[in-house]
Amino acid sequence: MKAFAALYRELDASTSSLAKQAALQRYLRAVPPADAAWAVYFLAGGKPRQLVPTKLLRSLARDVAGLPEWLFDESYEAVGDLAETISLLLPAPAAPVARGLAAWIEQHLLPLRGRAPEPLAELLRAQWRELAPDERFVYFKLLTGGFRVGVSRLQVTQALAAVGTLDPKRVAQRLMGYTHISGQPTAADYGALIAPESGGEQDQQTSGQPYPFFLAHPFNLEVAQFDAALGPPSDWLIEWKWDGIRAQLVKRAGQVWLWSRGEELVTDRYPELAAMGATLTDGTVLDGEIVVWREARVQPFAELQKRIGRKTIGPKLLRELPVVLLAYDLLEWQGRDLRGEPQAARRALLDVLLAEQAHPALIVSPALVGASWADLALQREAARAMGVEGMMLKGRTAQYGVGRTKDVGTWWKWKIAPLSVDAVLIYAQRGHGRRASLYSDYTFAVWNAAPGVPERALVPFAKAYSGLTDAEMARVDAVIRKTTVESFGPVRSVRPTLVFELGFEGIARSARHKSGIAVRFPRMLRWREDKPVDEADTLDTLAALLPSASA
Amino acid sequence: MAAPRHDDLVVARPEGLYCPPGDFYIDPWRAVERAVITHAHSDHARVGHAHYLAHVDSAGTLRNRLGADITLQTLPYGQVVEHYGVRVSLHPAGHVLGSAQVRLEHGGRVWVASGDYKTEADGTCPPFEPVRCDVFITESTFGLPIYRWPTQAALCAEIDAWWRTNAAQGRASVLYCYAFGKAQRILHGVDAGIGPIVVHGAVEPLNAVYRAAGVALPPTLRVSDPQVDAALLQRALVLAPPSAQGTPWLKRFGHFVDAFASGWMQLRGTRRRRGVDRGFVMSDHADWPGLLSAIAGTGAERVLVTHGSVAVLVRWLNEHGLDAQGFKTEYGDDDVADRVPAEPGA
Repeated sequence: MKAFAALYRELDASTSSLAKQAALQRYLRAVPPADAAWAVYFLAGGKPRQLVPTKLLRSLARDVAGLPEWLFDESYEAVGDLAETISLLLPAPAAPVARGLAAWIEQHLLPLRGRAPEPLAELLRAQWRELAPDERFVYFKLLTGGFRVGVSRLQVTQALAAVGTLDPKRVAQRLMGYTHISGQPTAADYGALIAPESGGEQDQQTSGQPYPFFLAHPFNLEVAQFDAALGPPSDWLIEWKWDGIRAQLVKRAGQVWLWSRGEELVTDRYPELAAMGATLTDGTVLDGEIVVWREARVQPFAELQKRIGRKTIGPKLLRELPVVLLAYDLLEWQGRDLRGEPQAARRALLDVLLAEQAHPALIVSPALVGASWADLALQREAARAMGVEGMMLKGRTAQYGVGRTKDVGTWWKWKIAPLSVDAVLIYAQRGHGRRASLYSDYTFAVWNAAPGVPERALVPFAKAYSGLTDAEMARVDAVIRKTTVESFGPVRSVRPTLVFELGFEGIARSARHKSGIAVRFPRMLRWREDKPVDEADTLDTLAALLPSASA
Repeated sequence: MAAPRHDDLVVARPEGLYCPPGDFYIDPWRAVERAVITHAHSDHARVGHAHYLAHVDSAGTLRNRLGADITLQTLPYGQVVEHYGVRVSLHPAGHVLGSAQVRLEHGGRVWVASGDYKTEADGTCPPFEPVRCDVFITESTFGLPIYRWPTQAALCAEIDAWWRTNAAQGRASVLYCYAFGKAQRILHGVDAGIGPIVVHGAVEPLNAVYRAAGVALPPTLRVSDPQVDAALLQRALVLAPPSAQGTPWLKRFGHFVDAFASGWMQLRGTRRRRGVDRGFVMSDHADWPGLLSAIAGTGAERVLVTHGSVAVLVRWLNEHGLDAQGFKTEYGDDDVADRVPAEPGA
């Protein structure tokens, strides 16, 4: 694990993608394939199921470090990362050993899962006595999950492609499913990732593998500039941008697999889609969006969220929150990979398929038509009332690319401007990772009555932690420290002095929120240093943005 | 914060830490008549006092920073002066050249105010000496158990290895460090055989002070020296104050590699926020074990805690049978485990 720990430090320290790429390739070429197999798994975003309950890990670490709970917690607050905190607090190991990454994981870490607390604690203590200090951080990152080190999956893909002298797209295809939650990659699996291209590789009739998702780029020009930038609307396949879960439905050899964009297999969570998939012919792969669909329209994301977390999907839930797949692309048909076909051709085939294989849980994402971009911009005004995020613009001649690329074609997302209100910062919490110890996570409130109403109060309604520059955040952090009223653990309440324009994508009533309102994707658009706290918005302003109010 | 007791030898006043029977202050932050200065960092040695008392080796830096005409009395370590019946002496604090703990003795009681201190010897100033006392006033800059420093030897080996690698690749090694104390510690500790050493204009005057005090430092160059050319810079270790980061001064070093030396570099988050290629964990303050051993070494039963993790250290000491309280000061900042202060060094 020494080599992997060194790689981690190198990737973590460097801001140059060239240097990172070189380090990755050097590592992959130098270590045994069994170690490389696991390194790729983690660096590409794999995350095994929890090995040790966090509570037990914390209490054992406290115990071994000889610290009271409060002091451990203070340390954690300052560091902002559990793995790092523990690695800084443990005493020196009694008998450090050198052990490879695969050996650590397969023989020592994975066997920890499911153990009773006492033997588990004994095993961990024994491991910590053998763990070299420079390997601690990586070890605890493996134990606690959140393994993020500033390399993208794309960079890992490129490194593998370089090592195997392969087309990165082929490697991306092979990587699909590699980082599955219960994946246990072996030396042979790693070998298969970098093996020379074989003739029958495209033939995957018995495999449930999806294709790498093609992702869209934001498009933010003024409408007047569209013609110059894009050409006429007739060059584009235009659709609504749905607010659901991106998914691929794979039907091969009599079986159905439903994959989310995070490469998670979610077939079991959407039985109505599994049933729909079973009616498709073998060798079909659809790309689309899972949404809750009622009364012939898409329901807010908050409705879908109620299904995401559930382990058991009962009949009541299925009845109240029925989902459909809004299909917008056909990636495989009759066992043939269509990704190299133009967008328009794929769409035509999709329309044929949907006409032949009608099913209530399979709905086509309609193609939108406009005489001009100005006309389309006008149609787009209806987006919010329809519960969509804007429009998608897909080049008619575009192939289906891999990830967020533009080399074989482009998808643009043309989103509507977010809703916004001016809100007051009332609580702040310290962040994690790069923002450890900085007050970077904020709770925002609006007034519950108009100005002048006696005893009106601020009601919290949203949390946000993105949208500020580092410099702004440092200044906000300083204000928070100066205006703190009380600290509760990691959270501080502050005297209300800071007003921000808060943007969000959607808004819905919610019984779970104190304000009665839930917003989607809240973030800070602007620090309103010009605006006094008294002039921040009210609950009424928020309520006026609810869809029912505008409909 | 602590409520003073009627016969305390040091109390907190708006001007700073005050000794009532002696009628003088220790490191006051507002102008006063008489100030005892623990060391010459700017948050401890401020301008405007009528009389200064400090260690002999602080004289050069104090006059440099506060004016040649200040009224300054100096003492060697261990020598006692008596003022209104208070016996005052200075003892090594191991922080920077001339840094001192202030021992006060009056009416059979002994108090020690530590100023800033570091417990590991680094060869550039006399190492910290525990002084027996009844009441100890301690700093708490790195008062959390996550702060444990590598040894001076291990640290210098890391810096040497980094410099050697960069030099082999023909890239200058720019190391940001505070000009007073840390820069000289690095100069004293690195292997000067690796290549030439270039220092920023803010560093060289302090090198002269150290050399004059008999501290061995390797030869240093300024960028304006005639023998300094592009080829030399490619192998050089460059010491610059943190304020030089991101300035045009750095352009001359071409495709350089940079690093920052500070105790705050212990944390990955601070390291990444700083935006340098490398962070070296190097502080002129005591780490957590250092604070605890220093406090234990004084034998004090009562401890007053100043700037840093005051609440944490106070609680820990109280849980371990000492009578500890916080003392409000204006050195550095409170609760700043997240900051890399601009000046002076941590």
